[in-house]
Amino acid sequence: MFGDYEAQRHWQEITFNLPIKQWYFNSSDNNLQYWGLDYPPLTAYHSFLCAYVAKFINPDWIALHSSRGYESQAHKLFMRATVLIADLLIYIPAVVLYCCCLKEISTKKKIATALCILLYPGLILIDYGHFQYNSVSLGFALWGILGVSYDWDLLGSLAFCLAINYKQMELYHSLPFFCFLLGKCFKKGLKGKGLVLLIKLACTVVASFILCWLPFFTEREQTLQVLRRLFPVDRGLFEDKVANIWCSFSVFFKIRDILPHHIQIMISFCFTFLSLLPACIKLTLHPSPKGFRFTLVSCALSFFLFSFQVHEKSILLVSLPVCLVLSEIPFMSTWFLLVSTFSMLPLLLKDELLMPSVVTVMAFFIACATSFSIFEKTSEEELQLKCFSTSVRKYFTCFTFLPRIIQHLFLMSVITMILLTTMTVTLDPPQKLPDLFAVLVCFVSCLHFLFFLVYFTIIIMWDSKTGRSQKKIS
Amino acid sequence: MAAFGIATGGSNWFSALALGVTLLKCLLIPTYHSTDFEVHRNWLAITHSLPISQWYYEATSEWTLDYPPFFAWFEYALSHVAKYFDQEMLNVRNLNYSSSRTLLFQRFSVIFTDALFVYAVHECCKCIDGKKAGKELTEKPKFILSALLLWNFGLLIVDHIHFQYNGFLSGLMLLSIARFFQKRHMEGAFLFAVLLHFKHIYLYVAPAYGVYLLRSYCFTANKQDGSIRWNSFSFVRLISLGLIVFLVSALSLGPFLALNQLPQVFSRLFPFKRGLCHAYWAPNFWALYSALDKVLSVIGLNDKWFSSAVPTHSPSLSDSLGHLYLHSDCHVGPRGFLRCLILCALSSFMFGWHVHEKAILLAVLPMSLLSVGKAVDASIFLILTTTGHYSLFPLLFTAPELPIKIILMLLFTIYSISSLKTLFRKEKPLFNWMETFYLLGLGPLEVFCEFVFPFTSWNLKYPFIPLLLTSVYCAVGITYAWLKLYVSVLIDPPVGKTKKQ
Repeated sequence: MFGDYEAQRHWQEITFNLPIKQWYFNSSDNNLQYWGLDYPPLTAYHSFLCAYVAKFINPDWIALHSSRGYESQAHKLFMRATVLIADLLIYIPAVVLYCCCLKEISTKKKIATALCILLYPGLILIDYGHFQYNSVSLGFALWGILGVSYDWDLLGSLAFCLAINYKQMELYHSLPFFCFLLGKCFKKGLKGKGLVLLIKLACTVVASFILCWLPFFTEREQTLQVLRRLFPVDRGLFEDKVANIWCSFSVFFKIRDILPHHIQIMISFCFTFLSLLPACIKLTLHPSPKGFRFTLVSCALSFFLFSFQVHEKSILLVSLPVCLVLSEIPFMSTWFLLVSTFSMLPLLLKDELLMPSVVTVMAFFIACATSFSIFEKTSEEELQLKCFSTSVRKYFTCFTFLPRIIQHLFLMSVITMILLTTMTVTLDPPQKLPDLFAVLVCFVSCLHFLFFLVYFTIIIMWDSKTGRSQKKIS
Repeated sequence: MAAFGIATGGSNWFSALALGVTLLKCLLIPTYHSTDFEVHRNWLAITHSLPISQWYYEATSEWTLDYPPFFAWFEYALSHVAKYFDQEMLNVRNLNYSSSRTLLFQRFSVIFTDALFVYAVHECCKCIDGKKAGKELTEKPKFILSALLLWNFGLLIVDHIHFQYNGFLSGLMLLSIARFFQKRHMEGAFLFAVLLHFKHIYLYVAPAYGVYLLRSYCFTANKQDGSIRWNSFSFVRLISLGLIVFLVSALSLGPFLALNQLPQVFSRLFPFKRGLCHAYWAPNFWALYSALDKVLSVIGLNDKWFSSAVPTHSPSLSDSLGHLYLHSDCHVGPRGFLRCLILCALSSFMFGWHVHEKAILLAVLPMSLLSVGKAVDASIFLILTTTGHYSLFPLLFTAPELPIKIILMLLFTIYSISSLKTLFRKEKPLFNWMETFYLLGLGPLEVFCEFVFPFTSWNLKYPFIPLLLTSVYCAVGITYAWLKLYVSVLIDPPVGKTKKQ
């Protein structure tokens, strides 16, 4: 399996055998074309730690050069064990703690929520099937969300900085964190406590970055090389088939070939920020934990849909915040999480994970359906669209059919996903269009994601004062 | 939408349990499988490609047909579905053929036939009274019993990893037990007769069936104090039972009788040339005996007479004669029958000839039915099950299965102990300090055998030590459970007709 599994093994080999200064540089010992390191330093340190354990068990696994493509049952067990240990230490405690701290729901519901979040198929399949360490970065991000939501701002930002320094994709979540914390500082008053908090936060962030990047700050060239590896701007707008706007758009309009490179970057930048700006501004002006969670969703989704060089696995960055709002809007969250797993279908099929995918998706769906009774929670109020519908009804009095539309859409969506999955597995694509099914999957998923982006933005923008005034009344 | 909602709602917990474990079984498809996989593939090939007259003579592969004829017919039926998956697996010459389609077919056949086991569990749940039930679903005896049976760790790893068809066979046995509880004795007898002709290992428990049917079905009434009323013997019932057994046997062995192949069939079914112990010692009396023998030989105290004093027959017959005496005197009912059955199974496991450690499941599964009834039974069940399941560990010796077996075993053990403790929390604690210590000792034993020992120097000189330790340690536990069960049967009055449900 010469994929991410070999990449991770190779990184253990590199970090153990070579000095730090050579980790990110091309040399005779370190061929960057062969799975070169392209994650921030914390990943490298983690690989170094795993390599130390590997050396104790069997040095052949990480011998320089000679261990390329090494595969044995014991090694596989070791690598999978490292993912499991990372999961147990970082991600799972965060999820359990998050569910314990949920307010206004019974203990049974808390346990059910924790179970459903942990059963999310996408993360399980990518981390244990495809092989990655997403649970580490997502776990740190979750600790950050926990800290910041419950006013442990410094620890929260420290955890989030660790997350960014583990995988740079966590930058998708950085804007909501920034806006939320800024909003908190504004609320406390910029002339007093707010300013103190701002300075403390800034110091925490800078200190954590310095701590992680210390060996690479000694020379300017080191820092620049690492940054070059992390953000390969030379690559195009997208690679392979991914369920975002540019890939779907290029079905009709070959945007990659027509527009010059820097224009592509500009367009992607503009669209991304245009779509996430309203939510972020709202969060800065009215910071609240609930708004924070929803803004995380919409921000990450905007980045996924419009940003540069997005991989299909980045949908996990959106799935994590959606898991967090599972208890508030179970129906839409479950729907989104199913679509997010479906969007990775081409990747999962490439890894021969059809049976585990089907089984985990079914288990997740049954768990959510029974724990939250999702099919009974499709009224306007349950979907948190009450304020929106009321506003629309001022102009269109007949706008009462929203729940029914959404139910029908859900049914159609599930049927389409099942149909596409069956077709991809059983049929051969026509010779002229060998990627037909992959493109169809991406296109359909993209439409879904656009719908969800609109939905979550509506919730954020219409949430506000009516929501809070209702709470004051009750 | 609402109807769909009700269908997936939380009211149907039994379906959720069954569906959940089926999904887990699907995930176990690509795991390690033992030679039993090739055994069953070979039998598919034999029954499909060869005429009946050759089924019990075919010996191209070393895994010859050694189950009774009904199982051969079962494989024959399966082979007709198999040909749509992969025709090549049905070729007798294709030894060790295991394409991905073959694997998929075989694994799915086990998962599919487990439907009978699910139905049997459903029927057994009806026989459990819910007197002790709390309001909470997870505290109801029915729920606990379903979870303990459907998610039984031993059955999962033996059937769906090691590869066997114990699911539907155990389903037949549990179904016949349930029928006895429901007073449908003829059906129960029929089901057991059929079961015997599927897998003859169930002969171990046949005495229990025989005695119970004689005592409770043929004698139609009891005296005031519960003992036998000798003049209520019903010849009609005896004849009808005999007729059932005769007809089933005729259906099964008839063709082979006509072909004059009965001696060959029996020589395949009962191969007495094999040794007293299997390659890996089942944790029974003989394991303790052999361990003692080895220890004595190492010390130098080995006398010839000690090892030659091995009895050559299974004493389960003497057990059942003892039960005959017991039951003729006391109250008897389905619950007493269940105890007798479990005791038969356990005694045969303890003293039987060439016993395989998988045979512990014969005792564990029916014991689950008793465990939700009384605290004493729960305690015996937990010791028996935990030790029995741990003794199955050496069956899965490959590295990838290590986390699976440890995690599943932990889940099942923790669930069974905690749920039964909650169910019987108003009575005295389930375990005394000795039993707790013994059960906790399984953890360090596992760590030593799987994680420490392979890295020591003894691994090369004495590679059998982990197996020896496992076998002996478990034998102690199983013997203890057996003795405790025996004592409880002798001392307590069996729950009979006095306690109506």
